[in-house]
Amino acid sequence: MAEDNPSAAWQLCCPVPIASDSLRISLAHGEGGRLSRALIRDHILPTFRNEVLMTLDDAAHLPPLDGPVAMTTDSFVVSPLFFPGGDIGSLAIHGTVNDLAVSGARPRYISLSLIIEEGLPIAVLDLVMESAANAAAEAGVLIVTGDTKVVPRGAADGLFINTTGIGELVEPAPPGPTSLQVGDELIVSGPIGRHGVAVLAAREELDFSPPPESDSAPLAKPIAELREKVGDHVRAIRDATRGGVAAVLHEWAEASGLTLAIEEHQLPVTPVVRGACELLGLDPIHMANEGTMVIAVAAGTAEAALSALRADPLTSEAAQIGTVVPRGVATVTIQRPLGPQQPLDEPAGAPLPRIC
Amino acid sequence: MKYLDEYRDPESARRLLAEIRRCATRRWTLMEVCGGQTHGLLRYGIEQELADRVELIHGPGCPVCVTPLEAIDFACQLAMREDVIIASFGDMLRVPGSRGSLLDAQTAGGRVQIVYSPLDAVRLAQKHPDRQIVFFAVGFETTVPATALAVKQAAHDGLDNFSLLVAHVRVQPAMEALVEAADNRVQAFLAAGHVCTVMGYESYTEFVERYRLPLVVTGFEPLDLLDGILACIRQLEVGEARVENCYGRSVRAAGNEAARALVDEVYEVCDRPWRGFGVVPRGGLGLRPLWQRFDARRRFTAIELPIVEPTECQSADVLAGRIKPTECAAFGRRCTPDSPLGAPMVSSEGACAAYFHYRAVPVGNS
Repeated sequence: MAEDNPSAAWQLCCPVPIASDSLRISLAHGEGGRLSRALIRDHILPTFRNEVLMTLDDAAHLPPLDGPVAMTTDSFVVSPLFFPGGDIGSLAIHGTVNDLAVSGARPRYISLSLIIEEGLPIAVLDLVMESAANAAAEAGVLIVTGDTKVVPRGAADGLFINTTGIGELVEPAPPGPTSLQVGDELIVSGPIGRHGVAVLAAREELDFSPPPESDSAPLAKPIAELREKVGDHVRAIRDATRGGVAAVLHEWAEASGLTLAIEEHQLPVTPVVRGACELLGLDPIHMANEGTMVIAVAAGTAEAALSALRADPLTSEAAQIGTVVPRGVATVTIQRPLGPQQPLDEPAGAPLPRIC
Repeated sequence: MKYLDEYRDPESARRLLAEIRRCATRRWTLMEVCGGQTHGLLRYGIEQELADRVELIHGPGCPVCVTPLEAIDFACQLAMREDVIIASFGDMLRVPGSRGSLLDAQTAGGRVQIVYSPLDAVRLAQKHPDRQIVFFAVGFETTVPATALAVKQAAHDGLDNFSLLVAHVRVQPAMEALVEAADNRVQAFLAAGHVCTVMGYESYTEFVERYRLPLVVTGFEPLDLLDGILACIRQLEVGEARVENCYGRSVRAAGNEAARALVDEVYEVCDRPWRGFGVVPRGGLGLRPLWQRFDARRRFTAIELPIVEPTECQSADVLAGRIKPTECAAFGRRCTPDSPLGAPMVSSEGACAAYFHYRAVPVGNS
């Protein structure tokens, strides 16, 4: 077996040592025959044991939901596969769950489609599947169907995962950014930029001490608490993934036709993220998050919203960062502690590929 | 956060601004040399605040911006070779060459790898013995010690697949060229604090005596910049012209001797073309004969193709401080960070990029 490239997607930050002679995924595992069945039977099914999945039908038969169906899809190509605070498996579950939760749905079922690169150690696949299973259990969702394909060496970087998530809308979804009004208040649910910095530091082996950790986490519970307390006053919720908080603000400014004005000193940023960004010349407001949301609430309700969010350990550092104002020359503005109010530019395709 | 927040304290900044306004009996013209300082002056609104007392001419201290087109074109050619990987700081990737940037080359199938340190490029060479790793060695004296170290590391490891595409430049010769120009209006300099951290400032004594211009070694945080400006104004108001150090927490007169020794061992001074300036005598650094086997220009032959500089791009005038970025007709219209005509709009130390990103919203955003 050829020597593994020490920067192979799974090598960096892999939580357990993998011997060079350990069993590997081969093209035969994807051919639908004996090896495929053995892979599913011995490495995937035991991890996700549930009645729906065990039938191994071509399609999962689901019971009726308690409300209209919400559906989301996502692909995960993060590199490296493991990083402080998570891995591609937990990320796939959290990302899918959060897309449903911010849309007002209760996440229920997830499909898991794997595209595996020939040569991936089976032990790595086991670790990722176990992590996904734990994340699913924590988030209260079932993995009900899936698929595995194997592609030749070089055609996928270790492992790609695609998901589809289904949830139920038990109450009306938040109306969304077109409903924003002047005076509405803007909140972030926690410190920003953690995931992007964590993955960048891991991939580039930047050796920060302590190593920056991703914020990857399931947010359905704090969102439910928020909606319970502040319900009708929530205009829009979005998880701030690629492009960070800045991308969400720009999207909302465009959708609402108003200007979103934020104050830099109100943005919660951990010292680790701040230090890393200062060193690398990056702005936390452009860095990806995987467990942090931007929320817009009606004027005068931020206090109540923050109180609801801060009761949950995942969102204990939620903070108001700005307000919605009449549309001006700039669609998103930032006031720094020193200097005049400035436009906050859209993130311009930073050279940080493969962060989610 | 230590070493950051103290130097960004708004109260102290307001006091320094007031003191500058009190001291200056007329409007003075200063040049800050380094692009990082330009960004600081704009991001923190200092240029705007002091506009009636201080004109700030932005200097050519952006090594990415002054890297000759020819070097970028050569790097792009090398990237397209099957047997080569170009290792580069991220900043260089989007700078347009005659026929596209390194990022364009990568999209077309070229091999380009972003590195955060020249030593990462050496590690890349160790990991890929079947490929030639060419490190794009751009930067002022701040960066040179690290690339010198990379060359020595490669030699120590016996690597025959590592080389440098050298585009290193020296600050002081460019400052001399600017001061000697017939249309020079600079009355005092804010010298580049990080270059001085390496090189010290003893070499500026003769510069100051010859040209009779105050020169203050200045840092990058808002309070550092204001300290530097105040020191210049104080000298100018009483007709003094001497070297002063306002960045004492980082800079000593002799600089970093170990770093200077490393630079001296591996590199020698040479003439170097600067994009927009033409050849600056003694304006660059090249590998000494002992190390020339690591020179990518010797290892590979460039395919001679015409150098194409977009005619609309006025980066030469911006870099020499003859115009402000906003005075260029293409600024913000045909030239933006997403589709730059030249380097200063795309480099994190470029003046055009600073003006673009840190433009103030009109009062009331209307």
